[in-house]
Amino acid sequence: MSTHTVAKPSDASEKFAFSAANQSEVQKHLGKYPAGRQASAVMPLLTLAQAQIGGWLTVAAMNEVASILDMPPARVYEVASFYTMYRHAPVGKHVVEICTTTPCMLRGSDKIVAACERHLGIKLGENTSNGLFTLHEVECLGACVNAPMMQIGSDTYEDLTAETAIAVLDLLAAGKAPSPGPQSGRHSSEPMK
Amino acid sequence: MLQEKDKIFTNLYGFQDWQLKGAKSRGDWDGTDKLLAKGGAWLMEEVKNSGLRGRGGAGFSTGMKWSLMAKPVAGVPRYLVVNADEGEPGTCKDRDIMRHDPHKLVEGCLIACYALQAETCYIYIRGEFVREAEHLQTAIDEAYAAGYLGKNACRSGFKCDVYIHRGAGAYICGEETALIESLEGRKGQPRLKPPFPGGQGLYGAPTTVNNVESIAVIPTILRRGAAWFAGLGRPKNSGTKIFCISGHVNKPCNVEEEMGIPLRDLIDKHAGGVRGGWDNLLAVIPGGSSVPVLPKSICDTVLMDFDSLREVRSGLGTAAVIVMDKSTDIVRAIARLSKFYMHESCGQCTPCREGTGWMWRVMERLVVGNARPDEIDMLEDVSRQIEGHTICALGDAAAWPIQGLIRHFRPELEARMEQARLRNAA
Repeated sequence: MSTHTVAKPSDASEKFAFSAANQSEVQKHLGKYPAGRQASAVMPLLTLAQAQIGGWLTVAAMNEVASILDMPPARVYEVASFYTMYRHAPVGKHVVEICTTTPCMLRGSDKIVAACERHLGIKLGENTSNGLFTLHEVECLGACVNAPMMQIGSDTYEDLTAETAIAVLDLLAAGKAPSPGPQSGRHSSEPMK
Repeated sequence: MLQEKDKIFTNLYGFQDWQLKGAKSRGDWDGTDKLLAKGGAWLMEEVKNSGLRGRGGAGFSTGMKWSLMAKPVAGVPRYLVVNADEGEPGTCKDRDIMRHDPHKLVEGCLIACYALQAETCYIYIRGEFVREAEHLQTAIDEAYAAGYLGKNACRSGFKCDVYIHRGAGAYICGEETALIESLEGRKGQPRLKPPFPGGQGLYGAPTTVNNVESIAVIPTILRRGAAWFAGLGRPKNSGTKIFCISGHVNKPCNVEEEMGIPLRDLIDKHAGGVRGGWDNLLAVIPGGSSVPVLPKSICDTVLMDFDSLREVRSGLGTAAVIVMDKSTDIVRAIARLSKFYMHESCGQCTPCREGTGWMWRVMERLVVGNARPDEIDMLEDVSRQIEGHTICALGDAAAWPIQGLIRHFRPELEARMEQARLRNAA
């Protein structure tokens, strides 16, 4: 069972409010579910709050979601601690998630992890001191025919080698946008020419 | 080998336009109104006659599942929920459908909703699939704008709304009742069955949960006829299937093939063969991480469908073929799966919550041979006490890979113990 320990619990007296743009997103999500079933929106709202804060959830944000949805705060904490994509401590600007489940392991994900750890000077689960990167090991991300792979933010980088993985990190560090998808030249999941 | 003309997913790799214009040029949304006009009973019968079995892993007849949904009662809502929480290690087929052919899924949702008389459909997509969810949302928006969804969907007089609900990283939500719990805003912990979702599912209302691929193939089946689909593959194992071939092959890929294709043909013809040649093959996990591993001797001849793989005490599962050549540390490969199940256990049932961690710790010792031979039997015994003793199938899924390993690779486990003993003695 995955457990989530909060390294540094945020101060509950902090304030959180959804931005104007996100408030209309909140209404959009609420509109998807029948009247009286607004608790269904807890996951989309937490996702929204996490993005607004910068990649993690404060207690104040969870309390705000609870109050919008008329849920006991504990129910929201329960959801926020069950799902692994919600994070409870500050993260770097780029969260690098490397898949190491068997299909990726067979294609050399060990080497990708080692290369990223060495290059960033941190271990899995740590943040770089400049606040740019967080490194995580994750379970199967569903791009197995493009293994090994990693996800950074909304995009995946696939068919990696140690060199291409580091090239992606270097581009991000330089403030540039690496091209997502397979780094091997193929288009998507077709057999390589 | 499946002929080009019999392929359903003609944009599987995304070389063409995935949006509405491209989808229509590939035949999607062609005469959907006429299909709906034939009526729900006809739709359901056609799906049943096609022999389509659920593509999410369990292989239950889709038409049968539909007919098991409780009869409509005035004032009680009904739901179709599409399971797009693809996370079974080895599996990446629904991802390609959603990012490259999303209109097949959206059209399938409308047809299924119509047949089930469900006015609302939720597509539960795993949280990590951000781009896939974006494509799918674009496709849904296009379908609304074109009048295919909404108040008078495809001029049928039927109201149909389709919404996306994004998950947040929990494999267990691929289990249908956990998915429903999650959709209701709770932890994804499976429910006891009965009641089955067909009777009391989402918000206590009749609900049918189907896999992405099962729903996405339905428009094509209806257009080309149940007999066409049933004519592919073998009896009771009909149709086409997207296979995901990963691991030690020369060209890992997704490919749509006819059910019942020999495993060796699948790997040789589509994935460029096993790295180092067929004789370099050690083992294959034929249907995603949950099914037992098969040694080369079985891989030589086995056919890829539900019943053939069941006969060799494995399963088709999601048709995710994980290939391992002779360089593989097979014990470590399976131990990594044990870690996966430990991580993904929802913690509800004691045998699974405690057992998955226990099995992983023993597996880690087996990797380095730090165990006694009689512990293999103990591990097997414990796995049998987890299997079948939990609310959902995650306990079974954690037990089977280990059972498969013991069944086919026991000498390897014992050899490691002997090596470790000699190392320690020296």
